[in-house]
This record gives sequence, C-alpha cells and structure tokens, in this order.
Amino acid sequence: MSNILNRHKAIERNVTLLAVLSLVAVAIGGIVEIAPLFWIDSTVTKVEGVRPYTPLELVGRNIYMREGCYNCHSQMVRPFRDETERYGHYSLAAESMYDHPFQWGSERTGPDLARVGGRYSDGWHVQHMTNPRAVVPESIMPPYAFLAERDLKTDAIAGHLVALRRVGVPYSDIDIAKASADLALQGDAEADSSDFVARYPKAQVRDFDGDPKRLTELDAIIAYLQSIGTAVDFTAAAAKEQPR
Amino acid sequence: MHAIFYKSAGWFLAVLLMLTAAGVAADSGFAVHMLILATAAAIMLVVTLRRSDQPPVVADLSHYDDEVIRWGVIATVFWGVVGLLAGVAIASQLAWPLLNLHSEFTSFGRLRPLHTSAVIFAFGGNALIATSFYIVQRTCRARLAFPTLARFVFWGYQLFIVLAATGYIMGVTEAREYAEPEWYVDIWLTIVWVSYLAVYVGTILRRSEPHIYVANWFYLAFIITVAMLHLVNNLSMPVSLVGSKSYSAFAGVQDALVQWWYGHNAVGFFLTAGFLGMMYYFVPKQAERPVYSYRLSILHFWSLIFLYIWAGPHHLHYTALPDWAQTLGMVFSIMLWMPSWGGMINGLMTLNGAWDKIRTDPIIRMMVLALAFYGMSTFEGPMMSIKSVNSLSHYTNWTIGHVHSGALGWNGMITFSALYFMTPRLWNRTRLYSLRLVNWHFWLATLGIVLYTASMWVAGITQGLMWREYGKDGYLVYAFVEVVAAMHPYYIMRVAGGLMYLSGSLVMVWNIGMTIAGKLRAEAPMSSPAHDPARDRPLTPVAAA
Amino acid sequence: MSYDALRHAADSWGLVFLGMVFLVLIGWTFRRGASDVHARAKTMIFEPNEFKDDQRG
Repeated sequence: MSNILNRHKAIERNVTLLAVLSLVAVAIGGIVEIAPLFWIDSTVTKVEGVRPYTPLELVGRNIYMREGCYNCHSQMVRPFRDETERYGHYSLAAESMYDHPFQWGSERTGPDLARVGGRYSDGWHVQHMTNPRAVVPESIMPPYAFLAERDLKTDAIAGHLVALRRVGVPYSDIDIAKASADLALQGDAEADSSDFVARYPKAQVRDFDGDPKRLTELDAIIAYLQSIGTAVDFTAAAAKEQPR
Repeated sequence: MHAIFYKSAGWFLAVLLMLTAAGVAADSGFAVHMLILATAAAIMLVVTLRRSDQPPVVADLSHYDDEVIRWGVIATVFWGVVGLLAGVAIASQLAWPLLNLHSEFTSFGRLRPLHTSAVIFAFGGNALIATSFYIVQRTCRARLAFPTLARFVFWGYQLFIVLAATGYIMGVTEAREYAEPEWYVDIWLTIVWVSYLAVYVGTILRRSEPHIYVANWFYLAFIITVAMLHLVNNLSMPVSLVGSKSYSAFAGVQDALVQWWYGHNAVGFFLTAGFLGMMYYFVPKQAERPVYSYRLSILHFWSLIFLYIWAGPHHLHYTALPDWAQTLGMVFSIMLWMPSWGGMINGLMTLNGAWDKIRTDPIIRMMVLALAFYGMSTFEGPMMSIKSVNSLSHYTNWTIGHVHSGALGWNGMITFSALYFMTPRLWNRTRLYSLRLVNWHFWLATLGIVLYTASMWVAGITQGLMWREYGKDGYLVYAFVEVVAAMHPYYIMRVAGGLMYLSGSLVMVWNIGMTIAGKLRAEAPMSSPAHDPARDRPLTPVAAA
Repeated sequence: MSYDALRHAADSWGLVFLGMVFLVLIGWTFRRGASDVHARAKTMIFEPNEFKDDQRG
C-alpha cells in the first residue's frame, strides 16, 4: 500500500514516466472533443446549394487570406436577433464544409462578412478596395488599390484544385482539366458560361473590377466576396405557417 | 581533417540545393525563403571553414554550459523590442489608418501576425528556451546533454522566426491565427522542436539529483504538448513542393475546432505552463525561500495540464460548432480557474514572511505583479468563457484587453524579472547595472498595462453593447461604422499605453546592455536607510562645567 | 454509441468516477511521509553546488 502511495515519487524520478503521463493527460480532452466532429450528423451533413469554390473565387479567397483579412473580419453570424438583423441568416456548419482552412475569424474590427455576397454592387467594392474612406468616411480599413494592378496567372490553378481534392473537396476531373479556362471565363461577361454554371451552380459570371480587358486580383477578390454566404437558399427554409 | 571536408561539402551542397529551389520556385515568396535558407547555409559554410584552422574548443566541465543561454537572453530582449514595436505600429494603424502607408507590405492584415508571432514565439519562445536550459542544468546539477544540438536549437529557432516573419510581410500565410507559417516552415520548426525535446530530456536523464524539480515538469509538459498541437494543427496539403501555398487537411467546423484546440493551448502550454516553469524556479530563488507548498504544486501541475486542453471550444461559442462541445469548453474553462489560482497562491505565498521584499527589491515586485496579472487573467478568462458573457465579449476589444493583461502583465513581467535575475549570473557580474532602472521599468510597464487594458475593456464593452442596442422603434440603433468611429479615442489611449510599455522595455535594454558591458551605476541602494537608535534622541544641553 | 447514451454516461457514472479520481488524487498528496519528500524537493534548488560559477545563484 505504501508502495502505491509513494508512487508520485516514482513519477518525479522517472522522466519517461512523467512525459508519458503528461501526454496522456493532455491527449484526453482533445480526443473527446475533436474526434466526434468527424462523424456526427450536425457537422458532416451536406446542405443543398453548398458547392466547392470556382477557380476565380478560390483565387479571391487566397488573396483574402494573403492580405490577412481574417484579422479584422469574422465570417460567422451567431444566432442572435441583432446579428441576424444586421448581417443575415445565422451561419450553418455545412456552409464552410469546403473551407480549407476555415475563416470564421475571432474579431470584428470590421463587420462580419459571412453574408456579404450580393449586399453591395461590384462598383462599390472597386471603390472600397481602392480607397475605403471614399465610400465609408469613418472606415479604418487599409487601402488595397494595388489589387487592380495585378494580373492573375491562370496556369497554376489546376494544381490548387488537385491539392484541395486530396483533402476531400469533390472537384471532378473536368473541373480540374478546365480550371485555367474556368478561371478566365468567370471574369469575362461575353463568355459562354452554360457548362461552367452547370458545374458550379449560382456562379456569377461577369467583369467584376470594371476593367473588362484584364483579369486582375481585384476581379478575384470581388468574385469571392460576392459569393460568400449565397450558396444556401434560406427563403426555401423559411416558416411555412402564415400569420393570421 | 576529413570531418571538416565532409561538413563543408555538406553545407556547400545545401547552398546549391537552396539556390536551385529558389530558381524553380512556383512563387516569389518561396523563392525569397529559399534564398534566406541559402544564406543561412552559406554562413554555416564560412563558420565551418574558419573553425578548421583553430584548435577545437574544449568544454569546461566544471561550469554550466551557459553560452547558448547568454545568446538566448540577448535574443529575448531583441525580439521583445521588435514585437512591442510592431504592436505599437499596428495599434497606431487602427487609430490612424493613413499609417498603412498605401503599401501591401505595411498593411494591418500582414503586420498583425508579425506582432503576435514576434511577441509569442520570438520573445516568449526565446525566453522559454533560454530559461529552460538555465533551470534544467541547475536543478539537475548537470551540463546540457547535447551541446551542439542545443546550439542548433537556438539558431534553428531564430531561422524559424526569420522565415515566419518575412513570410507574413510577403503574404505567405496559412491564415489560421498563431499558426500562420506555411508547411515547409512548420516542418523546420518540427525538426527544431524535436531537437529541443532531446536536449531537455537528455539533460534530465544525466542529472546527478534523484528528484526532478517541479519547474522541469512544467517545461516538459510545455515541450511535449506544443509538439502534439503543432503536428496535428498544421497537417496540410502543399500545392507544389517548390511553392509556398498549402491547404489545411481539415475544413470548416472540424478545422475551426482543431485550430482553437491548438490556439487556446498555445496560450495554455506555451504562455502558461512554460512560464509557470519560470515562476517555480525564479520566484523562490529571488525570494531566497522555497516554494510555499510542494503539495499544491503537484495538484497545480496535473490539474492544469489535464483541464487546459479541453477549454478550446470557448473560442467558438454560438458558432456552428455543436452545442455539447461549446458547453464542455465552457465547463472546463471555469474549472480551470481553480488550478490557476492554486498556482498563483503558491507563487505569492512563497513570499510569506518576506513581504518587505516587495518594497525593497524591484525584481520581486515585478514577479508579484506578474503573478497578480496571472491571477487576474485566469479569473477573467473563465468569466469570458461563460456563454452569456461571451455573447457580449466575443469579437470585441474586450478579448484584446484580456490577452494583453495576460501577455504584458504575466508573460512580460515574469520574463523581465527572469532576465534581470539571470543576466548578472550569466555574465559573472556582481549585480545588475542599476536596480533603480528596474524600478523605472516596473512603473512604466505597469502604467502602460493599466492604460492598455482599461481602454480595451471599456472599448470592448462599448462595442458589444452598441452592436446589440435596439431603439424604441424596434430597429438596431447603430450602424456598424458608428461603432468603429466610437472606438477612436480608445485606440489612441491604447497607443499611449503601448508606448509606455515599449519605453519600459527600452530602459531594460539599456540596463541589461550596461550589465553585460560590466558597468555598475553609482546609485543609492533601493532599501530604506538603516535605523540607528543611538542617534534617535533629542539633543540634551551639556551641563555647564 | 449514440449521443444520448454517451451523454447519460457522462452525466452519471462518468461524473462520479471523475469526481472520485479527483478526490483520490488530492488525498494522495496528503499521504503520510510525503512531507519529508516534499521538504527535501522544494529546498533542493538552494543546496550548494559543486560547480564554481554557481556560488551566488
């Protein structure tokens, strides 16, 4: 009995035992909390309308991450009256199921962007990105005028789709084969987009940055912003019962 | 001779390999990073060749292996100033957006990760590596196990910092908070970290003391847990082996929980467990009395490391994360309050019977303030993890105030006091250059923290309340941008607080620099003047003769 | 196992079990004979060192 009682002395004198027991102690919590998320229904169920990003949206999203937008903008509307009235329907788990990584954010130095798609015109975004204080005088956002000067490189995008497919995003072989063409097509209002829109439902095809001659980083980021939070049709899920 | 040949040939090949990688790089960020690696390998080549005609250095086995700790002290001070400077810069950008300077390289979004990583990983990380090597040798009464590997840990870690920092400025980022470095930088850090574990455990195995002192438990748990967190959280799929971009292995809600499991325990193990290791050694040493209760420290250790790991989901309250996970996160966060305060009490009560040292010894005063802020933030944290409080505080500046009371108050102050403790001993000086300058540092830093946290608390609560304010007409009262405008005065106050904290650290740079230079400032001692009863009496008239 | 079964286990025997573990661990540090070990361990950092440079520290 006294042998067992003195066992902490053994732990304190054996670094391997101390290390192993510490690892066990710190592993339990993570396993219990994280592992179930990979099979329970509420986190792995698909919701109608959610689809992988188009190549242009994906490039825009990568610019969003590159510029560190997540440091000031969240993409997660919580189920509170003030938030749903300010931003829109609260966010669902399925809406970010193809987000590698997630961009829910942790701070609202600027407003939440989970429902920003379709809220402002492309022209507003162009002006806002070029000089935020031109359209919102009180804004403290940095200007991103340089995005309009940068042409997109379309050749490497297929590799991005392949990498994403390896981590579980269901891009088809056609999506990957046509990735470069899709990237150019989405920013071109004149293009025939029927096949593209069939593969990426609700994808918006037009010249986003007001410069039809060029496909720029500004095209990409606006295409991404205009797509955020538009995948799910929440009017279809609205209450069916009518007030009398 | 052969060894020198193979070593330099190896470094030469490394330079060539890195230059080739830079040449075929898929993007400019990767190319710049490969050039940095080529430069590092070239420096190693030159160092190897220059050493070849010098006699090999024989280790003095009668002394502790302190060289790498001396470098660590200098690196900690250097990165501390860099991190604080970056903090003041981005705080100013929020107050005056013109300071984004119309350049992509100086915009807030790219500089903010630079600030957080410089403070947490560069300043905090160097402090942890240096103090852990200092403490593990002295509590084990043994020299570092693998001296060359220990030097690799130091320089490898500096290389990691440089790669991470330059990456942020170029926009090379995984865009997950506090885990921003890209895949190849993560792999490099893994190599460095495993080496760190090897040196640390190796030294403990070589000890000539049967017992492993409590400070070492905390350092060991910190090293092991950070390894686990880093490996799981950074699982990602590179787009190209010669490109910087990668995509996280997880998506959406799973990615969110893995990231905040990592993020919260970066706080729990990097910024808490490791720094508690510092506390358990330096506070007793400076106070010259043993830790208050060893029994409490056992309970503190096991309950802290077991409970902390569960607390991550409190960063995701009311999000699309399942409710049960949020509740678990909240409950464990509240339970965490107890071991945290157990640790604080253990540290503070170490001064039992020597409370006058708070008055006479500014280093002790710094340690007490660190413990007080540890106690305050570990009370505030559980409170903010309560879902109803969190519904107000989340996404606001309250969170920023909370982390800074922990980072500036607890991590900063305990590190500064450890630096003040170690510097004279490491450079073999009789004392610090000036204790009065420590006092200046203490007060500048304290006032800075008070200004910073108070302004952010008020700002955060204001923000939270304005966002949810409804008028009599049933509509939201404030547009979002009105809330942004209302933050302006608080942002300016924060800059002032940050500047004071920064100026305090500059006083420390001067003090430590002069101590290393071997100077002693001529100054009156800090303690109160001695009492002489013989002179403590009225003048009596001398009787006439 | 379903969510409900897990939840039931966590709210009943799981809770009792973890509570007992917690109390046993606390009681354990109060065992007889521990004080001497603790007193020795906590003063260990003040013992004189054979290495020369550590006389002060």
